[in-house]
Amino acid sequence: MDDSARLAEIIAAHAGEEGALLPILHDVRAAFGCIARAAQADIAQALNLSRAEVHGVIGFYHDFTETPDPRPLVELCRAEACQARGVEALVAAAERAAGARVRIGKVWCLGLCSVGPNARIGDDVHARLDEARLVALVAGA
Amino acid sequence: MTTVRISDDALARACGADALAQAFAVAGCTVERVSSWGMHWLEPLVEVDGLGFGPATAADVPGILAGLSDKAIGRIGEHRFLARQQRLTFARAGRTRPLSLGDYAATHGWEGLARARAIGPQAIIAEVIASGLRGRGGAGFPAGIKLRTVAEAQAPRKFVVCNADEGDSGTFADRMLMEGDPFALIEGMAIAAHAVGAEAGYVYVRSEYPHAVAKMRAACTLAAPRIAPLHIEVRVGAGAYVCGEETSLLNSLEGKRGEVRAKPPLPALAGLFGCPTVVNNVLTLAALPHILSEGGAAHYAGLGHGRSRGTMPIQLAGNIRHGGLFEVPFGITLDELVNTIGGGTASGRAVKAVQVGGPLGAYIPPSRFDLPFDYEAYAAADALIGHGGVVVFDERVDMARMARFAMEFCAAESCGKCTPCRIGSTRGVELLDRIATGAAPDALAALPQMRNAPRGLRGRADDIALLEELCETMQYGSLCALGGFTPFPVLSALRHWPQDFG
Repeated sequence: MDDSARLAEIIAAHAGEEGALLPILHDVRAAFGCIARAAQADIAQALNLSRAEVHGVIGFYHDFTETPDPRPLVELCRAEACQARGVEALVAAAERAAGARVRIGKVWCLGLCSVGPNARIGDDVHARLDEARLVALVAGA
Repeated sequence: MTTVRISDDALARACGADALAQAFAVAGCTVERVSSWGMHWLEPLVEVDGLGFGPATAADVPGILAGLSDKAIGRIGEHRFLARQQRLTFARAGRTRPLSLGDYAATHGWEGLARARAIGPQAIIAEVIASGLRGRGGAGFPAGIKLRTVAEAQAPRKFVVCNADEGDSGTFADRMLMEGDPFALIEGMAIAAHAVGAEAGYVYVRSEYPHAVAKMRAACTLAAPRIAPLHIEVRVGAGAYVCGEETSLLNSLEGKRGEVRAKPPLPALAGLFGCPTVVNNVLTLAALPHILSEGGAAHYAGLGHGRSRGTMPIQLAGNIRHGGLFEVPFGITLDELVNTIGGGTASGRAVKAVQVGGPLGAYIPPSRFDLPFDYEAYAAADALIGHGGVVVFDERVDMARMARFAMEFCAAESCGKCTPCRIGSTRGVELLDRIATGAAPDALAALPQMRNAPRGLRGRADDIALLEELCETMQYGSLCALGGFTPFPVLSALRHWPQDFG
C-alpha cells in the first residue's frame, strides 16, 4: 500500500469521530514517524479545517513533528523525582554513548518516580538506571 | 503446581517483572499477573501463598520455590508499610488481576454502580456531597457540588471526562489505578454519568503512559455491556503538561491546541463541545464506587482531618528508601510519611527538602514536617497538596537550581495564552541565572528607553526583590495553575534556603 492510500485509510478509520484530529495525528505519526506537510493538507481537507489549524496543533504538542528522525529514541526522565535520584549525573554518559546514532530525548515524568532514574524506549520502560545500565540501553537501542 | 503472583504494572515491568515471570513459568509455575501492592522498593515482588519475596530476579527463583530465599519479607498483607494504611480507592491493589471481570466482581465490584442505579441521580449526588469528597487532581473542589451543577444544567448532551493526564513528577497513583484496577475507574465514571445524565465519557490519558492506555482500552471493551448505555472512549494526550489543566484538556479532546480557556464559563456548564461536562481526576472518580456502596458515604466522611474528608492516596517518591503508594485518611504528617514510613532517603543522607504536589508545589523543609496532610493546612503554609505526590531530596540538592528548574519547566510547558506565564517564566529563568552567577545586569535594562529600570549596578537584593515581584505577577495574573503556581516552588526555595541563592 502506498503512503497516500495508507493516510486515506487512517483518516477514514476516524470518520464520524468527534474531535478526531489528535487520534488521527497519533496514527499518522505511528505509521510514518512524522506528520509531513502533504499529510497535513489531506487531514485538514478531511476534517474541514484550515491547514494552519492542523499545523498549529502539531506545533503545540511535543509528540508531533513535521520531519522524521530515523534515529532510535531513548527518552530519559529529567523531572524532579528523577533529579532527586541523580539522573543529571547520567546525562553526559548517555549522550556520549548515543553519539550521532541514537537520539536522547527529554521527558518529564514516566510515573515511576520511586524507582528512578527512568527511561523509555518505545513502549518499554526501564527503571533504577545507573550509568552502566543506561549506557547499555543506549547501545542496544 | 505452585502459583506465583507478580505484578504487571509498568513500574514492576520496568524493574524486570516480565523476565522474572518468564523464569517462574520455565520453572513450571503458574504465573498470575496481578496489580501492584505499591511497595515499589520491593518490585518486582513475588507472592507465593501470601508470602512475599522482593526485589526478586531470575536468580532468586530456585530459592523462592524452596522457601529459602533471603528476599523473603513475610506475609505481604501484614507488611508494616501496608498495615498503617487504609485503602479504599486502592482496596484491590496487589490482590486482583487487572483485567479479570471475575476478580472484580468477586471483590465487591459493580456494587456501587448497582446501588447508584437503584437510588437514582438525586440520591447519588446527596451521598457524594455527604461524603465530603473533593477533587483529587489538586484543586480540591467538592465533587458532589460539581455533579449537582452538571445535573441541573439543561442540555441535550452531557459528558463525563476523566482527567488522567498525570503529568506531575512524583505522582503515579492515577497510573497505578488505571493499570491495576481499571474497572474501578470505569465504575466511578458510570456512577457520575448516571448522576448527571451523560451518555458519553472520555478518559484522557497522557502518552507517557502506554501501558495504562492499553489496559484502559481493554477494560472499556470488556466492561461495555455493564455500563451501557454509557460509552467510554480512551483518548491519548501528546506530551503537553498543561493538558492536565481541565480546560486545556477539553480543548485537546476537541482536537485543538491545548490552550487554557478563561473561566467562566465553567466546564460544568459549557465544557466539552460546549456541553455541560463533569471533569474529574482518576482518583476522584475511582473513589465513587466505595462512597456509593451501602454506608460508604458516611464511612468516607468519618475519615480525615478538618475539611479534607476521606482518604488520600499519597505517593512517596524521589530519594526515599521505601517509596510507593500510601493511602491513608487526611491528617498524616510529613515527618511520619518521610521518616517513619518512607525510612528517610534512599541515599542514606539527610533530608533537605520535600516537594509536595508536583512541579507546582512548594518545597518544604524538615522544620515544617509537622504539617498535617490537609488542603487548608497546606494552603495556610503557602504550599499545596496537589495530587498527593511527595518527592524527597537529600542534602546534596541545590535549591536555587530547583527554583530555576520550576521556571524552566513553566517556560517549556506554558500554553502561551496568558502573558504572565508565557513571558514571566522566561524572565524568571534569566533572573535566577543572574542571581546564581552574580553576572552583569541585563543589557536591555541599561537602554535609555527602559525608564523604570534602576540605573547603575543592580545588586543581589534588587534582583531578589524583582523575582518576588515577578512571582506575584505570575501568581495573580495567570489564567491557570501552571503560571499561577510556579511561584510556589520558586518562593519556597528562596524563603527556606536563601543561602543557596548566590
